[in-house]
Order: sequence, then structure tokens, then C-alpha cells
Amino acid sequence: MLRYVVRRAGQAALLLLGVSVIGFALMHLAPGGPLALYTINPTVTAQDIERVKHQFGLDQPMYVQYVKWASGMLTGHWGYSFFGGRPVAAIVLERVPATLELMASSMALALLIGVATGVLAAVRRNSLFDYATATMAMVALSLPTFWFGLLGIYLFAQVLGWVPAGGISSGHGGLLDRLHHLLLPMLVLALVLVAQWSRYTRSAMIDILSQDFMRTARAKGLSGRRVLLGHGLRAALVPLITLAGLQLPMLVGGALVTETVFSWPGMGNLFVSALGTRDYPVLMAVLMLGALLVVVGNLLADLAVAAIDPRIKVAYV
Amino acid sequence: MSELAVEAAMIVGATPGRGVARRFLRHRLAVLGVVLIALLAVGAIGAAWLAPADPDDIDIANRYARPLTEGHVLGADDLGRDVLSRLMFAGRISLSVGIAAMLVTLVVGFAVGAFAAYHGGWRDTVLMRLTDMMLCFPSVFLLLFVAAFVPPTLVSLALMIGLTCWMEIARIVHAQIQALRDADFIAAARMAGAPSWRIVLRQILPNTLAPILVAATLNTANAILLESYISFLGYGIQPPAASWGNMLTNAQSDFEVDPWLAVFPGLAITLAVASFNFIGDGLRDALDPRLRDRA
Repeated sequence: MLRYVVRRAGQAALLLLGVSVIGFALMHLAPGGPLALYTINPTVTAQDIERVKHQFGLDQPMYVQYVKWASGMLTGHWGYSFFGGRPVAAIVLERVPATLELMASSMALALLIGVATGVLAAVRRNSLFDYATATMAMVALSLPTFWFGLLGIYLFAQVLGWVPAGGISSGHGGLLDRLHHLLLPMLVLALVLVAQWSRYTRSAMIDILSQDFMRTARAKGLSGRRVLLGHGLRAALVPLITLAGLQLPMLVGGALVTETVFSWPGMGNLFVSALGTRDYPVLMAVLMLGALLVVVGNLLADLAVAAIDPRIKVAYV
Repeated sequence: MSELAVEAAMIVGATPGRGVARRFLRHRLAVLGVVLIALLAVGAIGAAWLAPADPDDIDIANRYARPLTEGHVLGADDLGRDVLSRLMFAGRISLSVGIAAMLVTLVVGFAVGAFAAYHGGWRDTVLMRLTDMMLCFPSVFLLLFVAAFVPPTLVSLALMIGLTCWMEIARIVHAQIQALRDADFIAAARMAGAPSWRIVLRQILPNTLAPILVAATLNTANAILLESYISFLGYGIQPPAASWGNMLTNAQSDFEVDPWLAVFPGLAITLAVASFNFIGDGLRDALDPRLRDRA
């Protein structure tokens, strides 16, 4: 098992290295470079730009800049924002809890609804319920998240006034106020995830339902519910954990869009506003943190699967 | 298609095409998808002749006209431009970015997957690991990141989206070629003296076609969706040119005056994306009925 863990962790580290090199290169090879925004400003002279370049170390060769930046990233010195000059680590880390709150609640909600409908659809295969959920899932996967969010805000915040139109809290309120703010963005982000969970659970369960051990369990005289939940769902654990890992990029991307629409003070919102101002240190930090989240999540999913199902780890080593 | 199906088709002397068409036509949502895409495509291609007004014609007197008033079927936007006409011209951009990006995913995915599977060894390992890496990257981040720095045009958008979405095709091609390399009918063709390019073209390509066709259709849907995200956030096709995504950029601030502006562009995106998704679903059922129970 240790060998497997080390091997997978090594792959994860390599992936993060790759992401950082690609991100860094893209930013510095872009037309105009990091200071493109200044060069079109008529009040900024060429000397000013040279001075700023020197100040941020942008006049050094790219590999020197990369090594400097990467070692800073690893030791917790994430640099300073181009705008306002606050330390990047502080700016980014204060956004993490809001993003995690939104992502975790959406994921939990999606898991509950998606797995339940998926199991039901598999058991009642080719029934009206099966076709209806399959069609709804497909439509949900086709909805642009931001549009669904906009319509939700219009209907539930502007017309009906049931929930606030955006933000994470009213500033003073307690837990109830926060939940009130969370409700709509959570539902919007969960919609796509529910569709995926339900489709995936259905196909995994259909595979499992025809297996011999399910027939054995039934033949032993176990009740239908115990066969389904005790044996069936338990066997579906491996594909479901795998999906949880695979879904992370979608979750992170969806959170970015949802946060923007709902002015949710998370990392996605920060990323989009930093894009507008070309705030490189912030952009790179959020990019790396997003990649870290996905990579670590995937790693954990793989390790969990290997721990549950010994065949997988054997196949790897 | 399985070897058995190929054999069966050869024995009865029938082309497999007829059964595929019949099964596809039975998938009602897929047929609906084809009809909707055809309608959207006619609207987009024929926009110059069919559109009721010039999409950039500003008419301040009729700002925020409601649907079916002042001669605007779907209303007018904040500058009094006709929404229906803008939707039709926007469809040109959104649909062609979707299809062009899909072609990019096909070319890159096929090249990577086939090269890796054909050569094997360390080249296989490196390329497929790279594919895995790209697969677990949050593509919306990367896409926005690039989009913010590259001046957006039809070509650059299609390339950017295509280059972040080719991984699934590469995996399918890779798996198919690996599986087929050892199949009996390939060995038979080789023994009959067929050169390897002929084996790739006549035996392997037709057999990988079905899953690739399905993945390409789904990629088109995904590309249209991604384009709308980029445009919505302001890094796609720039106004005054319209795309379905950038027509929604101001929708939130315009709620108070005209909520209708938020409805139609989103509906167009959803219809186009859902249609391609349903067509992909229908194609999968038709080309390989055994796959209906896969997610």
C-alpha cells in the first residue's frame, strides 16, 4: 500500500508542477506581458514601466522569475498584489472558507438527491421515472449555470423576495442569515452535480444488480431493502468515490461561475476580478490553489478506492 | 460495433447503416434535437436574409421594448436593438465556435491517442499521463486565464476551447486501438498481407468511429456551453458583435427594467446544448445499443 501511496502522491506533485509551469508561461508570454494594462495608459511613461518592471523583478530572465516564484509559493511567501499591495496569501486565504462552504454544501445536497434518484431509476429501469429523470438530468447538464442563477435571482429574490439576491450574509446576522444567503447559490451549483450523480449511480447500480452476489443475497432470504442498500449500494461505493474525484474540476469551475453571479466572496469571484485588473500574483495563487484542491481530492479518492478494493492497488503496483 | 455484429452483417449482406438509422429515429429526443439544431442553423446561416432588422440598428425610442411590441418579436435591448435579429447573428458565432472547437478536439485527441497507442512504451506513458493531468484540471480556470490574455476571435476561441477539451477523445482512441490491435480480424487482415496504413484506415478507423462520433457530438455541446461562459464574463466575442453569452452580460443589471432580456439568449444556449447532448445520446443508442446503460 505504501508504494502505491508514494507513487500516486508523486504523480500529483508532478501534475501541480505542470500546472504551475503552464500558468506561469502563459502569463508571461501573453501579448504585452504582465504590465499590458499600463502600456496603454497615456499618463504612464516608458521610464515608469521600466521602474515597475524592475520593482517586481519582471526584467529578469523567465526561469529566474519562475524559480523565485515557485520557491516563494512553497515557503508561504506568495508575493504582493499589484493593486493595493496587500500580501497575496492574506487576500486569497480569507476567501477560502466562503468557497468551501458553497462547494461542500452543494456537493452534499447533490450526493443525497443524485444517489437516491440514481438507485431508484436503476431499480425501476425503463419505467416512466427512469426516463423522466434521465431527460431532466440531460437538460440540467445543458443549462448554463450562470443563466440558471440569473433566472433564480430574478424569480426568488426580485419577484418573490424569498431570498437575498447575493452576498454571503447581511453583515450582522447569525447562522440563520447565512443559511438564508446560501440557499439559492447552493441549489444552483448543485443542479449540474445532481444530474451527474444520478446518471452515474444509475449505470453503476444497473451493473451491480445483475451480479451473482446480488442473486445470492436475495436467495439467502434478505429483504429487498437490505439487498439493495447493504449489498448493492455498498458495491457501488467504489465507482461513486471515483466520481467524487472526477467531479472536482466541474465543482471548482461551477463554483467560479456561481460565485460571480451571486457576488459570493469566494475564490472564484476573486479570480474573475483579478482577471479584470491583470493582478498576476493573485491569479497565479488562486490557479494553484484550485489545482491543489482538485489534485488532492483526486488523490484522496484514488487512495480511498484502493483501500476499499484491494484489486485496484494490485493492478497498479 | 462488435466483431459478431460485423460478421452477422456480412452474412446477411446488409449494411449496418439501416439499423442505425432506424434505432436513431426511435430516439424521439434525439430527433427533436436534430430538428432544433436545423432550425437554429437555418436562423444563423440565413440571418442576413431572414432577420427582421439590422442587429446593430440602434433605436433609442424603443429601448427595452417588450416582446411583440413596436415591431420587435422578442423585444429590444438597452439600445433598442432587435433581440431576435441579434440572437440570429449571435447564433453564427456561438454555433461555429462550438463546431470548430469540436473539430480541434477531434484532431488533437485522435493524434495524441493514436500516436500513444501505436508507439507504446515510454511515449505512450508520457502522453497518456499528460492526458490524465489535463483531465483533472479545472478547465474553466485555464480557459478564462488564457481568454483574458489572448484577443478573442472566432479562431482563437475555438482553439482555446478545443485545446482544453480533447482528452476524452484521446482516451477513447487510445483504448480502442489498444483493444483492436489484438483482435482476431486485425490479425487476419495482417496475415492476408494488408499494409498497416490500410489496416488503420479500413479496419481500425471504422471500428473506432462510433464512440468518437458520440464523444464529438457531446464535445460540441460542451464547447457551446464554455463559449457562453467566457462571453458572459466578458472575455469572449466583444460587443457590439453579439454572441449568446455576451447578450446576457448586462441581464442582471437590467432586471428591473426588462427581465425579458435575460430569457431568450439563455434559452437559445440551452436549446442548442441540450439538442447536441440528446443527439449524442441517440447516436450512442443507435450505434451500440448495449451502451444505453452507461452514464
